Amino acid sequence: MFPLLQIGPFALRVPGFFLVVGLMAGITLTESEAKRQGVDPNPLNNLALLSMVAGLVGARLAYVIRYLDTFLANPFTIFSINPNTLDVRTGILIALITAVAYGVWKKLPLRPTLDLFTPTFALFAIGLGLSTLASGNAYGSPTDLPWAIYLWDANRHPTQIYYTLWATFAFIVWLTMRKGETFAGFRFLVWLTLTAAGALFIAAFRGDSVLLAGGVRQGQLIALAVLLFGLWLMRQWGRGDESAEAGEDADVEAVAA
Amino acid sequence: MHKLEHAVQTGRHWGLFVGAVAILGLVWIWLSAMPVAGNALTESPRPDFLAPDFTLVNLEGESVTLSDLRGKVVMVNLWASWCPPCRAEMPAIEAVYQANKDKGLEVLAVNTTYQDSPNGAAQFASEYNLTFPILLDLDGAVSKRYQLRALPTTFFIDKQGVISAVVPGGPMSESLIQSKIADLLAEEF
Repeated sequence: MFPLLQIGPFALRVPGFFLVVGLMAGITLTESEAKRQGVDPNPLNNLALLSMVAGLVGARLAYVIRYLDTFLANPFTIFSINPNTLDVRTGILIALITAVAYGVWKKLPLRPTLDLFTPTFALFAIGLGLSTLASGNAYGSPTDLPWAIYLWDANRHPTQIYYTLWATFAFIVWLTMRKGETFAGFRFLVWLTLTAAGALFIAAFRGDSVLLAGGVRQGQLIALAVLLFGLWLMRQWGRGDESAEAGEDADVEAVAA
Repeated sequence: MHKLEHAVQTGRHWGLFVGAVAILGLVWIWLSAMPVAGNALTESPRPDFLAPDFTLVNLEGESVTLSDLRGKVVMVNLWASWCPPCRAEMPAIEAVYQANKDKGLEVLAVNTTYQDSPNGAAQFASEYNLTFPILLDLDGAVSKRYQLRALPTTFFIDKQGVISAVVPGGPMSESLIQSKIADLLAEEF
């Protein structure tokens, strides 16, 4: 765990640094992938930028609204953004809504757009894994295994390293199918289902799980739901493409006749 | 990957595959279910853990023990008199303390005396008219136990002695502090 890195007079917050680097590297790769495929990268960059800004502002506003009386007593502190005064979940939700709204407004095709953003998601996931390793969040349960790390007063599963390695594997899988011909949305769904499968497996070794009745881990149920939804969607989108191809073939035959 | 794509498009055995994934997933969830008792709280300086206990002397030489304050919301603020953000946030901490001490808020301002001095701490408290206890971490044991990496660092502890938030660095505004303690003060003990 190394949450702060002192560089001269500056204290760099390492977890945030990894998140930003992962996100920026991902957006850069998405941009170059769009250019390679002859797609205008500007709407994609705008979508990413707008979502990030909306997410940040939304996270801050949601926190302020939650403690409105406190902030109204000192209104200037509303603009003093601190990572500890953000409602992260609401921020993510607002970022997603903004991305969908912008995509609909600009008539961006859903499946190819998701395919193009897959490297952004994949590299952000690696950044997130490294970020948790730096912050000590998403920590593992106590274990005697030889590769355990000492964290929060116990030898624990290095779940942050498991997540990072799995996210790297998912990114490598994306790299191997980057240039091949696939149906639209396939690359995104492969990444999504791989990530969900990894989360389902690795969550078993977490020490900070939210537990439901019978000690069932909430994170695993969500991961399984996402995995099954991703597989179902894969079939739907794949079948759609098959029908479209069959339809095109019929059209071609009809024209030829 | 082409085989997977082909299987998806033809749908051959796809339902079987998805069903097997669902069953295996549920079995894994069941196997890895955690006994609720296994989630018992231990001491560590991070949210959702019990705050590590300590006993330190204040400027008057009296001992103060953290665990004696169960039932109160406690802010443990680690600071030094030469640290600019520590100086900047102390008036905000004092203001919040004055507004909430009757509602059950306690502030323990732990001076990192091993890298400061008792006189420096006393002068600082006098200069800012601080009314909460100033504790002296003479040998740095508490700073080490709390894995201090930035000055100031503040731990917000609920009435059960569990850390609810950690704010490394500063200065904290009054709004930030108030927002961190508001929910804790409203909790039942």
